[in-house]
Amino acid sequence: MRNILTKPAKIKTPKEVEKQFNFLRIILAVGIALGIAMIIILLISDDPLGAIYSFVVGPLTTKRRMGNVIEIMTPLIFTGVGVCFIFSANQTNMAVEGGFLLGALGATVIATTLQLPPVLHPLFSMLLGGIFGMLACAVPAGLYVKFGSKPVVSSIMVNWTSLYIALGVINHILRDPSAGFLSSYKIAKTAELPGILKGTNIHAGIIIAAIVVVFGYLYLYKSKFGYEIRTVGKNPEFAAYSGIPVNGVIMKAQLIGGFLAGLGGAVELLGMYSRFQYQGQTGHGFNGILVGIIAGYNPKLVPFAALFLAYVQVGADVMQRSSDIPIELVNIIQAIIIMLVVAERFLHKTKHKQLVKAANAQLEMKGAAVNE
Amino acid sequence: MNSVLASIFSADFLFSVIRITTPLLFGALAALVCNRGGVLHIAFEGSMLTAAFCGVVGSAYSQNLFVGLLAGCAGGVGIMLLMGYFNLMLNANRVLTGIALNTFATGGTIFFLYVLCDDKGLSTSLRSLSFPNVELPLIKDIPFLGTVLSGHNVLTYFSFLAVIIVWILVFKTPLGLRIRTVGENPNAAASVGINVIKTQFLTLIIGGLLASLGGIYMSMGYLSWFARDMVAGRGFMAIAAQNLGGAMPLPTFLAAFGFGIANALSNVLQTLNVPAEAVQAIPYVATLIGLAAYSSSQKRQKVLTETGKK
Repeated sequence: MRNILTKPAKIKTPKEVEKQFNFLRIILAVGIALGIAMIIILLISDDPLGAIYSFVVGPLTTKRRMGNVIEIMTPLIFTGVGVCFIFSANQTNMAVEGGFLLGALGATVIATTLQLPPVLHPLFSMLLGGIFGMLACAVPAGLYVKFGSKPVVSSIMVNWTSLYIALGVINHILRDPSAGFLSSYKIAKTAELPGILKGTNIHAGIIIAAIVVVFGYLYLYKSKFGYEIRTVGKNPEFAAYSGIPVNGVIMKAQLIGGFLAGLGGAVELLGMYSRFQYQGQTGHGFNGILVGIIAGYNPKLVPFAALFLAYVQVGADVMQRSSDIPIELVNIIQAIIIMLVVAERFLHKTKHKQLVKAANAQLEMKGAAVNE
Repeated sequence: MNSVLASIFSADFLFSVIRITTPLLFGALAALVCNRGGVLHIAFEGSMLTAAFCGVVGSAYSQNLFVGLLAGCAGGVGIMLLMGYFNLMLNANRVLTGIALNTFATGGTIFFLYVLCDDKGLSTSLRSLSFPNVELPLIKDIPFLGTVLSGHNVLTYFSFLAVIIVWILVFKTPLGLRIRTVGENPNAAASVGINVIKTQFLTLIIGGLLASLGGIYMSMGYLSWFARDMVAGRGFMAIAAQNLGGAMPLPTFLAAFGFGIANALSNVLQTLNVPAEAVQAIPYVATLIGLAAYSSSQKRQKVLTETGKK
């Protein structure tokens, strides 16, 4: 009796164990990936300690580099939250990559051709960017809902198609011949997103990103629509049986995800660039998928995942400049993290033991209560 | 317009179609075997890219074509084995592992390209070897057909042969039967004493070898160097081609050929006065349309059989 009354809070439910365990697993995956990266550096570099130092501490050494981390983090938040929507519905639609690029294109169209007052100009640019991004994700989503072809392959094809659409529009319609390289006309001053911190390129986009995170979390985890999306993702048969329009929900999740990716492209363009000058895929979409996976498809955790990834990228960039290790080391780290995070049986035994322990503790408690 | 038609209906064009189809065909056959074995995944892109890179590096450092071939296959099969280990042993989601492995291949090849060549784009500073082109003895003297069919790379001819080999392997051998049984129903296969995991790993290795040949052809036949991202979505087109072909060797071959035509068309139109971007998008758009057409026909068929049952 005493026992139950004094410390009931100490016993963990299996659900808590699971949650705690998932967190531990992600931390461990990140640790292992960074460890392997260190080993690669040790094997290859002529000055491994210097390289590791600039990789780990580099981003913190100047204000400019700290600014870089925030700048790189910004687009990843948009694609990351977009991925949370799409993957929560259990759709592997990777068209966020193409959507991001088309979003930047959409923003370029408004920002270079129209004349609008300051606040409206970026607003309309971002709106068209979002719509363009939505269209990119709508193609694989529509193909799945209408014809049943899985979005994995079709979304990759959409990414390449988006790239050539964007390059084609820039090259043949919006190209500035005086630029000397393939790029659009300069975007109007009225359309630019203002910087918010002197000495860095951090711009108002980070505020929009914060709004997106809050919106994404409330929508996915606190609203009926979000519950529908997650139910469809976990068990479409059950969802259909309980009267959720499965196809509609699948479509909606991907349209929102695509809109956010496109919005991200628009924000990135208006905040960081003065013209559209991408020549290939940006990688922000695929990195967004990684951010989504690390965040467990929960928008609330996206900023942290994006911050981590941005930090690693800036660190690798500093290292590339100061040593002989190329920045592509980041891709290797990313791949290892994804694989370990999605490997269900990674640390399976430890998890099992913990669960059994928690369950036993609970049973004992119940037994004690009954005995009293 | 006339010049377009003239260049499309020429022997050179058909020659280039065959040339371009080769890696797609290898990839599609790899996807076919994996699909039959129930382990279809999306890491063919990464497998092909790694094979292309390892082949170049292996041949450059040994100055031996065979070592290059072995190194390439080791790289491509290695990616497949990683896929197998994470997916089959650690229960990792197949699509996400595929994304990871493709990222790994893209980054890893550029990483080591830079370490070895001090260049992030091309491997031209390595003196790597290529597989030779072959003139077919009698066929080369036939007027039109000779120009089309003769003078291709060894690997191109082997890719045609591979269609037959895969057909025999999958449909006429005990191993093929095991692969198909595991693919159809792993539980039933296990109940009759087939080692499911072992068979799936074997399937991945066979698929890996085929995909590797496709990658090796890219860097040691089609081109004679490695370029970053040189596979450019072919691994995914291969999956689509295999889908269109319904996981049967001959239809898969024809589907790969169709994508080859779309690719070759984009090369031909590029030299004419057509916007380059529109043309470059052709293979990808063609794949999208093909996927939609295939899936909708599947869906209709399902409806037909279901109503037929009633």
